[in-house]
Amino acid sequence: MATAVDQAAGGREDGHTDDALSGRFVRRLPDGRVEAQLVVPGMHCAGCLAKVERALDAEPAVARARANLTTKRATVAWDPARGSLDGLIARLEATGFDAAPFDPRLLSTEDGARERGLLRAMAVAGFAMANVMLLSVSVWAGLASDMDVTTRGMFHWISALIVLPAVAYAGQPFFRSAWSVLRRGRTNMDVPISLAVLLATAASLFETVRNGEHVYFDAAIGLLFFLLIGRFLDQRMRAKACSAAQNLLGLRSVAATVVEPDGRHRTVPVDAVGVGQRVHVAAGMRIPADGTVEDGVSEVDTSLISGEPVPEPIGPGTAVFAGTLNLSAPVTITVTARDEDSLLADIVRLMEAAEQGRSDFVRIADRLARAYAPVVHVLAAVTFAGWLIAGAGWHPAMMAAVAVLIITCPCALALAVPVVQVVATGKLLDRGVLVKSADALERLADVDTVVFDKTGTLTTGDLKLVNAPDIAPADLGLAGALARTSRHPLAVAVAHAAADGPAPVVNDVRELPGQGLEGRIDGATVRLGSRAWAGPGEDAGDGPAADGAPELWLRRADGHPIQFAFSDALRPDAADVVQQLTASGQRVALASGDREPAVRAVADRLTIADWQARATPADKIARLDAARDDGRQVLMVGDGLNDAPALRAAHVSMSPASAADISQVAADLVFQGANLAPVPEAIDTARRARRLVFQNFALAFAYNAVAIPLAMAGLVTPLVAAIAMSSSSLLVTLNAMRLRWHHA
Amino acid sequence: MNALLLLIPLALLLGLLGLVAFLWALRAGQFDDLDGAAGRILLDEEEDDGKETPKSEDEPR
Repeated sequence: MATAVDQAAGGREDGHTDDALSGRFVRRLPDGRVEAQLVVPGMHCAGCLAKVERALDAEPAVARARANLTTKRATVAWDPARGSLDGLIARLEATGFDAAPFDPRLLSTEDGARERGLLRAMAVAGFAMANVMLLSVSVWAGLASDMDVTTRGMFHWISALIVLPAVAYAGQPFFRSAWSVLRRGRTNMDVPISLAVLLATAASLFETVRNGEHVYFDAAIGLLFFLLIGRFLDQRMRAKACSAAQNLLGLRSVAATVVEPDGRHRTVPVDAVGVGQRVHVAAGMRIPADGTVEDGVSEVDTSLISGEPVPEPIGPGTAVFAGTLNLSAPVTITVTARDEDSLLADIVRLMEAAEQGRSDFVRIADRLARAYAPVVHVLAAVTFAGWLIAGAGWHPAMMAAVAVLIITCPCALALAVPVVQVVATGKLLDRGVLVKSADALERLADVDTVVFDKTGTLTTGDLKLVNAPDIAPADLGLAGALARTSRHPLAVAVAHAAADGPAPVVNDVRELPGQGLEGRIDGATVRLGSRAWAGPGEDAGDGPAADGAPELWLRRADGHPIQFAFSDALRPDAADVVQQLTASGQRVALASGDREPAVRAVADRLTIADWQARATPADKIARLDAARDDGRQVLMVGDGLNDAPALRAAHVSMSPASAADISQVAADLVFQGANLAPVPEAIDTARRARRLVFQNFALAFAYNAVAIPLAMAGLVTPLVAAIAMSSSSLLVTLNAMRLRWHHA
Repeated sequence: MNALLLLIPLALLLGLLGLVAFLWALRAGQFDDLDGAAGRILLDEEEDDGKETPKSEDEPR
């Protein structure tokens, strides 16, 4: 998350903003100002929104700032002569909000246009339906009392004048979709819908012309209105998921500091870095491209790629990979692979390949539509033929067939899935689970196996000091005073553990990459670092740290070494969650890129029998493929970059909000917070949602089972059709709302 | 009967006004951030510092 910000900070260090970098985020306005969008992921409430807007408005250069809580982006316009994009980001950071520039090219305008189009169509259909209903109710009342034929005729004509343009406009989403599948010789739910609407309108127009008793204008436009509601909800959910994914992509590393042959530093977009160029990477920044270290000694945090929490030392000649974090000292690297050839890009390609495997999933509603559409057409045709054969003449036969089409039009069916999904995703969002893909809930309900990653998923990913009780408070304080200056994960853990205790004053603290920290206290040298450098030496006896587990040694002024042992703490409810999942019949497995002892220790503590250590991304995919071949549906929960391909290959996937950006993009659901409880909760909600969807289908079918025979018998008047249609739609919606009221 | 000749066009006109108002609001971007709009009502107005008041964006993004 901090990637882009760090990179932007790197740009600031050089004291100037590079046009090549900001050009892609910034749009020139006609009044000479410039405008950009910033992703502000931490903006969760109206209070944050106000803080973000005020922080930006307080900058003298800013003309206006408008934050959007739905997309978590802020649009800001400012005077380029008086301020820079980096300055604005720094301003937000000072207020406590991470921010990153958003590349507008990521935005697909198509989705937004489609959502607006559907909303417009819905408004038109709603207006037409309300007005036509007004007229229809009068006509229905008039049929029972004394409305004369002329007045009825006039009402029919007015209805026709309202409905014909409304259908032509609001029906387009359905007509287009139906036409495009019909042309390819197939059928979908939109074919019976279009047919019902068009035939009902045409038959009604015919009746109006010959001054008949019954017209179905209200039914035709009512169908469109209800169906558009369902379509709009569906589209809105997709758009929301899509915008979350775009924000994540926007947060990827965006800039690199290139060292020119003449020694000048220049900030460029990552994809403009070429092979052979030298790149400067400051401490705390992500390495922008694969390369070899040319100058400098440091340590890199590779946990995103390997899942290994302990940093690796690097020096001249070492190969480093894009996406890893440079921890202790600035280094210069020579780029050996372009952005699209890097390990990161390889992982992205692996992800795309995995993606192919899941495209054959067919959503419940579509599966139903394949069977439903032909049945409807056959029923209507049978009705028409039946009445003709019975000698009723083609006009009553036609009207009966139209009634069948209207009654069977899948209004309740089209609402059944979207309404449940909207309610379910809304409920999960309240619990901190973001549903990112439209069919994620349907897939999640199928799951019978859960595969967890270890580091950062079952564990918190932060190392914790485990032998603090064995260390004298004075020593802990000394170590804490040394460690406070470093970004190394072990040092951070020591500083955290020592935060409450007394701390002596240590002078001249310096960090020696690959070795540790050194400082002076009362004239004597103290060290905190590796076993060889600050400890008893490589071959000395064992302390409390398990075999191969990370450790630090403190060498006091008197030369006595003290060991600090660390381990990666489990998430507080990991054991409960694993137990809960097992109890509910899920198979639980563990696949990690970490070393065997560490993985075994976690598996033992959580009683997971099925575990695998040192798993590469390809190993994880192979594992998932094997499970699929066994006919099992796997939920993959992981956070590392090395999990991203597996997250895409699994039937469905979740990742914590602390995960690598790319993993969050790959996952179907993202959960927030320190707990794992959202995992079983999401599965539970998905199952409940599926049950409701099936109930809704059953309701819709039950209504059809009663109404279709009546329609075939020619007993369905426009009044009956209107009542049946709205009541079934309402019933389905209310049933979906039950999910909201249910408290787990 | 004569009343109908007045009342029906009147009803349609009122409905049409509502539709136009909605389409205008949609175009003006008032539906772009429903979550934010729900919260903004609770926020206090800032003191006027001589800046342009934040406006909704006129052009669709």
